[in-house]
Amino acid sequence: MNTYARLLLRLQPNGRQLIQQQQQTLPTVVSTIRKASSGGTLEYDSPKAYKLHMLEQGPSTHVSCNREEGLDFYKKMQVVRRMEASANNMYKSKLIRGFCHLYSGQEAVCVGMKAAMDKNDSLITAYRAHGWTYMMGVPVTGVLAELTGRKTGCAEGRGGSMHMYAPNFYGGNGIVGAQVPLGAGVAFAHKYRGESNVCIALYGDGAANQGQVFEAFNMAKLWSLPCIFVCENNGYGMGTSTQRASANPNFYTRCEYIPGIWVDGMDVLAVREATRFARDWCTSGKGPMIMEMATYRYFGHSMSDPGTSYRTREEIQDVRKSRDPITSFREKVVQANLATEEEFKNIDNEVKKIIEDAENHAQNDPELHVDELYSHVYSNPPPGFKIRGCDNFTYKDINK
Amino acid sequence: MKSVKDLVKAHGSIILLRRSLSLTTRALAEKTITIREAITQAMDEEITRDDRVFLMGEEVAQYDGAYKMSKGLWKKHGDKRIVDTPITEMGFAGIATGAAMAGLRPICEFMTFNFSMQAIDHVINSAAKTYYMSSGKVKVPIVFRGPNGAAAGVAAQHSQDYSTWYSQCPGLKVIAPYSAEDCRGLLKAAIRDDDPVVFLENELIYGQQFAISDEALSPDFVLPIGKGKIEREGKHITLASYSIGIKICLEAAKELEQNGIDCEVINLRTLRPLDEDIIKTSVKKTHHLVTVEFGWPQCSIGAEIIARICESDAFDYLDAPPIRVTGADVPLAYAKTLEQNSMPQVSNVLKSVKKVLNK
Repeated sequence: MNTYARLLLRLQPNGRQLIQQQQQTLPTVVSTIRKASSGGTLEYDSPKAYKLHMLEQGPSTHVSCNREEGLDFYKKMQVVRRMEASANNMYKSKLIRGFCHLYSGQEAVCVGMKAAMDKNDSLITAYRAHGWTYMMGVPVTGVLAELTGRKTGCAEGRGGSMHMYAPNFYGGNGIVGAQVPLGAGVAFAHKYRGESNVCIALYGDGAANQGQVFEAFNMAKLWSLPCIFVCENNGYGMGTSTQRASANPNFYTRCEYIPGIWVDGMDVLAVREATRFARDWCTSGKGPMIMEMATYRYFGHSMSDPGTSYRTREEIQDVRKSRDPITSFREKVVQANLATEEEFKNIDNEVKKIIEDAENHAQNDPELHVDELYSHVYSNPPPGFKIRGCDNFTYKDINK
Repeated sequence: MKSVKDLVKAHGSIILLRRSLSLTTRALAEKTITIREAITQAMDEEITRDDRVFLMGEEVAQYDGAYKMSKGLWKKHGDKRIVDTPITEMGFAGIATGAAMAGLRPICEFMTFNFSMQAIDHVINSAAKTYYMSSGKVKVPIVFRGPNGAAAGVAAQHSQDYSTWYSQCPGLKVIAPYSAEDCRGLLKAAIRDDDPVVFLENELIYGQQFAISDEALSPDFVLPIGKGKIEREGKHITLASYSIGIKICLEAAKELEQNGIDCEVINLRTLRPLDEDIIKTSVKKTHHLVTVEFGWPQCSIGAEIIARICESDAFDYLDAPPIRVTGADVPLAYAKTLEQNSMPQVSNVLKSVKKVLNK
């Protein structure tokens, strides 16, 4: 009996099913890379990277990138990974309070998708948003200082982990599923203004059963909204596996009138290719599309969840060893002779510096002055507007 | 027999004409319009004025609006500006809010505010709080409008008054207009405002005629949000009310006049931010206060007003404890007598005023 078989037997039933399902679709790429790559590109065939629903043809299974792109994708994924690691540490040191949902393991999704987005495309996601916040243009300092509630945070510390915003990035949303109709609304605005942009509305496997998601699907299809609905399926909605929460856990097939693509969410190039395909579909007036990114989160649901009561440590270790989006991509790039291990080590050091600098700000920058608690309630306060504090003797005059 | 116009000008009578659907011509000629016309005109003018404004809701386009509030608008402005939705409040309120975040200026109609409960997460969590949470990065210039409170004979699930629920929430502006002038000026102000606004209409007075000035009919007529109006000046007692409550206050004032009691009726117009100053000034003058509303008594607008008066220097000017007139603390029944007695009537106001004045 090999290690893998032994592993499968040790796993809980849900974990076993999940690993088996995901293992079946792993592209076997090693030999393909050495043969296909030449002249400064990494290319390979990934025949099992996609599954299609209501589509005759899907994204190209032949994916590639050049050296510059490869190093860029690696660096960005590594920034997200290290940024989340920093958040983990700071949370444990009680510098971050409340909710903190980490993206570690899912990096290929945000990096791959963003690579296929136009600079004027919009995006909205739920609360596992730090990776997306970075990819949508907020520097690491803006993210980490927001987590520690400092005024150099991207919302000056008012929003925290779940409420970070940037141009064309509508957060960061705390209510499960709410971001999906909001995203369809942003897509509505793009179409209304005659823009050739899409809005990408992300949600998790847990949110996929929300009624408002289906209400959004219905209107998006009726009105041909340029909206890409993306289910980041990391296998668990909090502690409930997809098998236990969804009668149909094939999220890309959940809508019988919107085409869907299942994507290997651990392969950054497959993610990019699939997103290009979806974007072309939506911007050519064919209406919305659904994508399901098969991915995995290493940490628990949030910082208050060790993540081991509903899955085994072996399952987590297995994904780290065999399917980690960053190490597997790095291996591919090295095998294609696009870059050396030395160069990757240098990138790692650069990333380390970026994170350290951001941590410094996050730990030392001041919070907003307490009087600021009254600001930004209205963008347009009426003249003479006063806000009441906690007692009858505390009022703040809001001058226009 | 007084003419129709005189009766209307005296504010004392309610003339419920048949739902008349002609727009500007009649209005400008006779200078009275219904609330329905006021609202339709306001929406029409704002949609014409600003490309980003659009109306979204159930039956707003081809049906002309469930209560005919958008009559003629779809024919004039088309599918892009007047959007019929499926019966999915949570979905379309979310879509409208997302469109507002992305720079459009939607008017999201709830067929009645009872159905807004299905979408209330978007009104509060997605719309009201976003400007604050984003530290001013994301504005949500949306108007949620529709009929609020009781209609006639529609029973408990279709008759709730949401004034207090929405007016509790910081980040929202909550408007509850009474007259046609209120509706025109405040709806236009709401649509032009960059903050999320909840605009609470009342179905029972949609067809009521109101006198209206030329100024109020001009396309740029806006009223300030957060400022009340003294609907009727008086010196013995202050009646603070809003929306359909003003109707019974004015009727009560007319009757009390015959008993030598002179009521000052304050039309709050906006519930959040509440115009406390107008109430305080009035109370300092009259020394007596009764609040009047159709919503339930617990945590009512009246409770808020009285708390604020008691917490302020206006308390020292009171000669009697302030009291409230509200709807009965029950879900609303269907049977006519039960329904009528569950909602405040002129007699409740008369009794309260006389009690406060010790008469």
